[in-house]
Amino acid sequence: MTNGGEMSIWAQRTTALGSIAGLLLLWWIATGPAGWVDTTRFPPPSDFLESLRQITFGNYAGGDLAKHAWTSTSLVVRGFAIATVLGLSLGLTVSLSPFWRDFLMPVFNFVRPVPPLAWIPLALLWFGLGDVSKLFMIGMAASIPLVINTATGVEQIDRTLLAAARVSGASGFIWLWHVILPGAMPHIVIGLRLAMQTSWTVIVAAELLGAIWGIGKVLTAGKDDVYPGMILVGMVTVAVLGMVSTYLLTWLERWLMPWNRR
Amino acid sequence: MEPAMKGPAFQVPTEAAEAASAQRGSTRRRRVSRSMIAADTPTRHWIGALGLLVFLAIWQGSAVWLRDPSTLASPLAVIQTAWTMVHAPFAGSTLGEHLATSLNRFGAGFGLAVVIGIPLGIAMGWFHRLDVVVRPLFDLLRFVAPLAWVPFAVLWFGTGFGGPLLIIFSGAFPACVIGAYGGARLVDARLLEAARMLGARNLKIMLEVVLPSAMPSIVAALRVAAGNAWQSLVGAELIVATSGLAYLMVRGQMNRTIVIVLVGMLVIGMVGLLLEWFFRHFERFVQRRLGAIAA
Repeated sequence: MTNGGEMSIWAQRTTALGSIAGLLLLWWIATGPAGWVDTTRFPPPSDFLESLRQITFGNYAGGDLAKHAWTSTSLVVRGFAIATVLGLSLGLTVSLSPFWRDFLMPVFNFVRPVPPLAWIPLALLWFGLGDVSKLFMIGMAASIPLVINTATGVEQIDRTLLAAARVSGASGFIWLWHVILPGAMPHIVIGLRLAMQTSWTVIVAAELLGAIWGIGKVLTAGKDDVYPGMILVGMVTVAVLGMVSTYLLTWLERWLMPWNRR
Repeated sequence: MEPAMKGPAFQVPTEAAEAASAQRGSTRRRRVSRSMIAADTPTRHWIGALGLLVFLAIWQGSAVWLRDPSTLASPLAVIQTAWTMVHAPFAGSTLGEHLATSLNRFGAGFGLAVVIGIPLGIAMGWFHRLDVVVRPLFDLLRFVAPLAWVPFAVLWFGTGFGGPLLIIFSGAFPACVIGAYGGARLVDARLLEAARMLGARNLKIMLEVVLPSAMPSIVAALRVAAGNAWQSLVGAELIVATSGLAYLMVRGQMNRTIVIVLVGMLVIGMVGLLLEWFFRHFERFVQRRLGAIAA
C-alpha cells in the first residue's frame, strides 16, 4: 500500500536506469561546465576514466588494478574459508554438546563484543604487516557471526524432525550431514553473508593501515597523492568486488538449499 | 444430560489423568531432546565459570611465562593499566577524555545518520515513485564499505571531527534507511483506508498511522545502526584520528606495548555491550508502549 500507484517492472527498470544516468549527468555537469564542485575535491568523469586507464593498463601504487584487486580478493577468500571452518565447527560444537556450550560460551561472550576492526592493532603486534596478520584478523572477526548464527540455526530445528531422525536410526555422520546441517542451513547462510561483509570491511581497513598491494593500498596512495580520480577508482573497485561476492553467495545459497529454489 | 457431563465426579479424574499423562509425555520428550541438541538442556553456570577461569588462567600464565610486553600482558596488568590511565594521561588525555571524544564522534555520526536516514527510508517506503528513483542510487552507495570513504573523508573534512564523522555516518546510514523503509512498507492497508475515509490529510496519516506502524522496525534498525556506527568509529579512529579510544590502541601498537592495545579492546568492547544493552531495552520499551496504545 503506497502512494503514487504501482509501476510495471519494465517501467521500474527504465526509471532505475534513468536515475543512474541522471546521477552521472549531474556528476558531469557539477564537476565540468557548471563548476559547482572543486575538481581537487571530487574528480570529473574524465579524470576518473583517465585514472582507471592508468591503473588498468599502467601502474599505480606498485601494480596494476588486476594485481591490487587479486591481492585483496585472495586474502578475503582465504580468510573467509578459515572463518567458515572455524565458525561452523565451533558453532556446531556448542550447539550439539551441552558441556562444551556451558564451558565455551562465557569465554566466547567475553570476546564477542570486541568489534572486528579492534583486532587489527593486536594482529599487527603479533604477526606484523604480512598476509598471516590479515588472515588472523578476518578469521577472528568473520567467524563470530557464523558461530552465533549456526547455534541459532541448530536451536531452531523442528524437534519433531529431530526425534523422527533419531528413531529412524540417524547418528554420527548421517545425523550431522543430513539432519543438523540442512536444518540449520537457513541461519548458517545468514551467518555466511555477515561473515563475507565483515571480511571485506576488515581487509579494506587492514590494507589502509599497511599493505604492499591491495585496494586499500590504492586508496591510501590516492589519499597521500591527493589524487581524487584514483580514490574514486578504489572506491568503485571495492563496491564492485562486494557486489560480485554477494552475487556469488546468493548462487551458493541456492546450491546449498535446493529446496528453497524458486 | 448436560449437568451430568459437568459434574465433578465425571471431570476431576479425567483432568488429573490428562495432567499426569501430559507430564509424563513432556518429561519423556525432554529426555529424548537432551541427547539431541544442547539448546534443550539447562545451562550449568558452574561449568561456564570454570571455562572463564581456565581461559583467564591460560592468559595470565602465558603472559607471565612469555615475559614479553610487546606480545602479551596479563589480565591483571590490563586492569591495573586501565586504572592508572583513568588518572594519568596517555597520548595527550586520560582514558575518560578519550572515551568522551569517541562517544562524541559516535553520537554526532549516528545522530546524523538517524536524522537523514529514517525520514528518507519512510519517504521511500511511502512514495513509490521516489523509491523507484532513489533505490538504484542507494543500492550503489550501500556496497561501498564505510572505510572506503576514508580518503575522501580526510580530503574533504580533515582528520579532526568531520572526517571520522563521515565514516561513522556511512556506517550507520544504510541500516537506518532499510529499517525505516521496511517499516513503512508494512503499514496495514486497512488502517490507511480507515484514516483516509475519515478524512485525514497526508501529513496526519504520515505522523499518526505510518510512523507508529513503522516504529518497531525503526527501533530494531537503530540497534543495528548503532552497532555499525560503533564499528566504523573504531576503523575511523584507527586510520585517521589523533584522539579517541582506537587511537589509543594505535599508539600502543606503535610503542609495541600490548597492554595499551588490550585496554583499548576492553573499553571498546564494554562500550559496545552497553550500547547494545541500551538499544535492546529501548526496543522493548517502545514495543510495550505501542502495545499499550494498540490495546
